[in-house]
Amino acid sequence: MNMLPKNLFQKRRQKQGPGRTATPVRPRAQRGAFNLRGRLLLVCGGLGLCSLALIGRAVDLQLVDNEFYRKQGDERFLRELEIPTTRGMITDRNGEPLAVSTPVESIWANPQELSRNPDRLPELARALGVPADYLTRKVLQRSDKEFMWLQRRMNPTTAKGILALDIPGVFSQREFRRFYPQGEALAHVLGFTNIDDLGQEGVELAFDDWLRGKPGLEKVIRDRRGRIVENVDLVQPATPGRDLTLSIDRRIQYLTYRELKRQLLESGASSGSAVVLDITTGEVLAMANVPSFNPNAVELGNRDAHRNRAVTDTFEPGSTAKPLTVAAALEAGVITPHTLFNTSPGWIPNGRYRTTDTHNYGTLDTTGVIRKSSNVGASMIARRLNDQQFYDFFHKMGYGSSTHSGFPGESPGSLPAPSRWSGTSKQTMSYGYGFSVTPLQVARAYAAIANGGRAIQPTFVKGQASESKQVFDPAIAHEVMKMMQTVTEPGGTATQAAILGYHVAGKTGTSRKAERGGYTNKYVSFFAGVVPVDNPRFAMAVVINEPTRGSYYGGLVAGPVFHNVMEGALRLMDVPPDDIDAWLAAQAAAEAKARGGKPAPAFANVAAGVAADDEPGNDDVQAVTP
Amino acid sequence: MNAGHVVLGVLLAANVATAIGVVYARHEHRQLFVALDRQTHERDELNIDFGRLQLEQATWAESNRVDQIARTKLGMKFPEGAEIEVVRP
Repeated sequence: MNMLPKNLFQKRRQKQGPGRTATPVRPRAQRGAFNLRGRLLLVCGGLGLCSLALIGRAVDLQLVDNEFYRKQGDERFLRELEIPTTRGMITDRNGEPLAVSTPVESIWANPQELSRNPDRLPELARALGVPADYLTRKVLQRSDKEFMWLQRRMNPTTAKGILALDIPGVFSQREFRRFYPQGEALAHVLGFTNIDDLGQEGVELAFDDWLRGKPGLEKVIRDRRGRIVENVDLVQPATPGRDLTLSIDRRIQYLTYRELKRQLLESGASSGSAVVLDITTGEVLAMANVPSFNPNAVELGNRDAHRNRAVTDTFEPGSTAKPLTVAAALEAGVITPHTLFNTSPGWIPNGRYRTTDTHNYGTLDTTGVIRKSSNVGASMIARRLNDQQFYDFFHKMGYGSSTHSGFPGESPGSLPAPSRWSGTSKQTMSYGYGFSVTPLQVARAYAAIANGGRAIQPTFVKGQASESKQVFDPAIAHEVMKMMQTVTEPGGTATQAAILGYHVAGKTGTSRKAERGGYTNKYVSFFAGVVPVDNPRFAMAVVINEPTRGSYYGGLVAGPVFHNVMEGALRLMDVPPDDIDAWLAAQAAAEAKARGGKPAPAFANVAAGVAADDEPGNDDVQAVTP
Repeated sequence: MNAGHVVLGVLLAANVATAIGVVYARHEHRQLFVALDRQTHERDELNIDFGRLQLEQATWAESNRVDQIARTKLGMKFPEGAEIEVVRP
């Protein structure tokens, strides 16, 4: 562009050169006789070229590089704004909210603007509840910046009060926060979200994609000071997160947590877990762990308490494995319910070791092995089975493989295959040592027995029951149920778990904990049971880890938890009693007693949770080779 | 006035008409968009209010709280064995 006029001048000189020498030499005349045509041409040509250049430039801007310049222009005033959206609500099976996102206000300030009005600072400090000189110092430190948080995530009404002071340079921004009204009772199952509202643990993590909303985008025109002048277009509407209905029943869950916590305090145990399953649908009605944490607190505390032990921690199931051993033998046809076992003298060799009972039970039938929880009896039953039969049965009951409940971090437990067994393994496993399971796996196995041998995948979502699978004969399941019923009746190991008016089938377990290659003096107390025996509804597994005070026997430590929770659950879910005669008898006895007659018979004591027989059953495993 | 002129006139008129139409449509689009925006905002506010109320209700109805109040303030308790009348269905 710059070169253009220069060239023109040169051209002119060349053109005019000959004209000047040709005309006569008279200055005035020379001035008057200028070449009008030439100059006009020159000016027009110059202007023409200029406009040509402009047109060229215009073509360049409008047609050739149009895209680029338009984008540049738009970038200076068009903005795409994110439309925030809420995370879906989590409710229990009755629609009660368990996790709700609610807006909170975060107050921020522009220190530049704020420091121009220092006289308003004390007023602001009072509203925020901080010392005035502290706020002044903070603002002055940042007086060259344009942004600082004053207070994050505060109550919207308080925030409104601060904004109402109308201090220049103070603004608020909406953020969302998750609240868990059930607090610590349900903390493990629900999990929690991080500051960006993304699921970090539990159901919040497992169903993050479902719960999370998709923020929308809208196009707006903004002026230089950031005010929105006009909403231009909606690029993408915001889709709020979807709600999730869990299978958990809030009331049973609370009851489970309360009873578990109470038992933990009473027995001085280090931790505990309990699972309640709906037998026909596989839905998890309650799952509680202690110690717990408060998911609403900003500081979530000890990470160790965040674990959902009921699915992540594994234990040797101890005697709760015996009903499975019996069922395996019944299926293989090597025993009948009436087969007799001579357990004298209360021990039986296992390789270099001994399997012992706490007492010498003498001769027991199959039912007696379960009722008394005889390790020797279980060993004798296991000896009649070959390795593969034994392993296959435990494997199809779900031990050693994940329950596929979809819970993050779920442990499959461990069930070594026969090829990895040593000579003592099968006998050891027959009474629940040498393999490990999660409380959820135990509950599922017992639910399968109660469900006529049909195994169902546990689920945390209401109405998402999967197809059940027949894993063993219903007749065998029925036999085993009858045997397990004797456990809670007088003479069994868990009379504490009996519930007046209902037949309860269950099995206690007390296992010594293995640490560093040997068995220690620490115990795990188990109780797994189903109720009612006729038309079963609930399966529950209770695990109390390392009780230190008083007894450590499963029936005494875990049994009362089962009793208290199930009694409440049966009432809450309106389950009709299947043993109304016992109830009527108890009532008649109580009336007789009230009239000053004979004392109440034994079953009244049973209902009151008094130990009728505190025979612990299994105990003492001599260190087993792994 | 020949046919060419007529066509030109009609085209010119059509051109002006559609131009005004475009302007009008664009104006209306903006008006409606503003209205939509206001409505969505209102809906979100109501939803948020609803969520807050649900949360409040759930907090009041928290099992532990109900349990405590029933036991201490109202003096309620679980019926004893003798207080339950069993009737045969």
